[in-house]
Amino acid sequence: MMNMADAKPLAGAGKSPVQKAPRPSRPISPRMVDIAVQVAVVAALAGLWEFGARFGALNPFLLPPLSVVLGRIWEDLIAGTVPVDLGLTLYRALTGFAIGAVIGIPVGILMARSALVRWFFDPLVSIGFPMPKIAFLPIFILWFDIYDTSKIIMVAFSCFFPVVAATYAGCSSLDKWPIWSARSFGAKERELLWEVYLPMAMPQILTGLQVALPTGMITTIVTEMLMGGRGVGGAMIMAGRFADSVGVFAGIVQIIILGFVVVKSLEIVRRRLLIWHPESRK
Amino acid sequence: MSDVLAGGRGRGRVGPSLSYAVVNTVVRFAPLLLLALGWEFLGLSGLVSRQMLPGLGEIFAAFSDMLFGGDLLYNTMRSVSRAAAGLGAAVAVGIAAGLLMASFRPVRLLINPVVQIFYPMPKSALIPVVMIWLGLGDSSKILLIFLGCLLPVVVGTYNGARGVNPFLLWSAASLGASRFDVLREVVLRGAMPDILNGCRTALAFSFILMVSSEFVIATDGVGFMISSLGDGGQYPAMFAAIFFVAGIGFAADRLYALLSRRLLRWREA
Repeated sequence: MMNMADAKPLAGAGKSPVQKAPRPSRPISPRMVDIAVQVAVVAALAGLWEFGARFGALNPFLLPPLSVVLGRIWEDLIAGTVPVDLGLTLYRALTGFAIGAVIGIPVGILMARSALVRWFFDPLVSIGFPMPKIAFLPIFILWFDIYDTSKIIMVAFSCFFPVVAATYAGCSSLDKWPIWSARSFGAKERELLWEVYLPMAMPQILTGLQVALPTGMITTIVTEMLMGGRGVGGAMIMAGRFADSVGVFAGIVQIIILGFVVVKSLEIVRRRLLIWHPESRK
Repeated sequence: MSDVLAGGRGRGRVGPSLSYAVVNTVVRFAPLLLLALGWEFLGLSGLVSRQMLPGLGEIFAAFSDMLFGGDLLYNTMRSVSRAAAGLGAAVAVGIAAGLLMASFRPVRLLINPVVQIFYPMPKSALIPVVMIWLGLGDSSKILLIFLGCLLPVVVGTYNGARGVNPFLLWSAASLGASRFDVLREVVLRGAMPDILNGCRTALAFSFILMVSSEFVIATDGVGFMISSLGDGGQYPAMFAAIFFVAGIGFAADRLYALLSRRLLRWREA
């Protein structure tokens, strides 16, 4: 941000001396200004957090200064608890998400292709999709105890429905011309599936995955808070129970970073997978 | 497009008789019946303990006990009123913020980075934060639901308002509409489909956050009821309460879908 502020007078100063060669370069694009202002806003908020808490405008128990929170994360990083907690949370979220996707995508495709599968799954999905799945958590605890199994199954259960619904919607609204032309060129069903159905439904499947992943993260955190043990959620609720507000905010900062990285990674995967698709040409 | 207009009733036109519709419904929901039968058989066969899979009759009996004699309705009212307060505030603030973001560049530059940072955060992580800020009472859960539902509404409204056909804005302005008139009469309506979508996501989030915050920190509400029934080993009642909450969430979403179809009727005509 400071660079941008410095750059302005420089760009103006470049014009005042005798011009040797007129350069067609634009001074600063409006996009750069936008990014600079937004970075400045984030920096200002962080400053407000830090100094507001430090100089008593905000109650330091309710909002401990940012530097104290970052210091706690650093301590725990050195002590080795942060990598373990983050790793466990990430492992549970991603394993559950993967199981939900690996089951959900084939079921969605089969629902679009077979009347029998559609008959069986349609009422289950249309009832299960809008239900608050987290309410079933005590059932999974009862069935699978409180360790990783029940957490991962709960996450997979909550990821399954968005994936199925999106895959089914994507596969059942396909344009029929490419399918007919592929058939007329002698494509077999297996080839049709990999070469036509899946690529054409891919944008919607990915949208389903992009809904499922944050849902899975929410579920992971709640299961960890409820069942205790290691993991960021468990660490946060312990800190909360002991009124350790620095610990709670250390957890929040970790989770914000974790969520940001995971969600952005999926966006990058989408851009890579759909590089051929008109939506990436924007 | 025509079958979308007719909705679910379109199928009835093939055979207008009532019996056809009944048969249709039975066939459609037979898988649920199969699942229920499987549940009963698995329980009766003794493969799993009766504790883990109580009979459906038992669950239903526990349900009617709770409904008529117990405090199921009271707890549901407590939970739903908290969810409604948080969600209502989030919808009002979110639509206003989204419209302002789309119309004024300074507001956009101010709010957008905050949205970008907090949008991917799993909102359930805020449960210990609101606990520290506001304790275990109603206000902490209302704040949690408000914060969790706010961003989907803001993002939906913003995307919808940005996508409004500029020709409509220009013609409204050239006919002498003030900036506020354009915002209210053109942008808000043009963005309505996206706003309603954002609110639907927010509705789902409000139920998730309502139940999970009551699991973790609460002294009443359905989530608290479910977890205390589970802790007390009253499993038939626990199953009944869980199915009841899930049913409410499902019904709320159906009602919302009906409402939004009604609100958007002008669009499809």
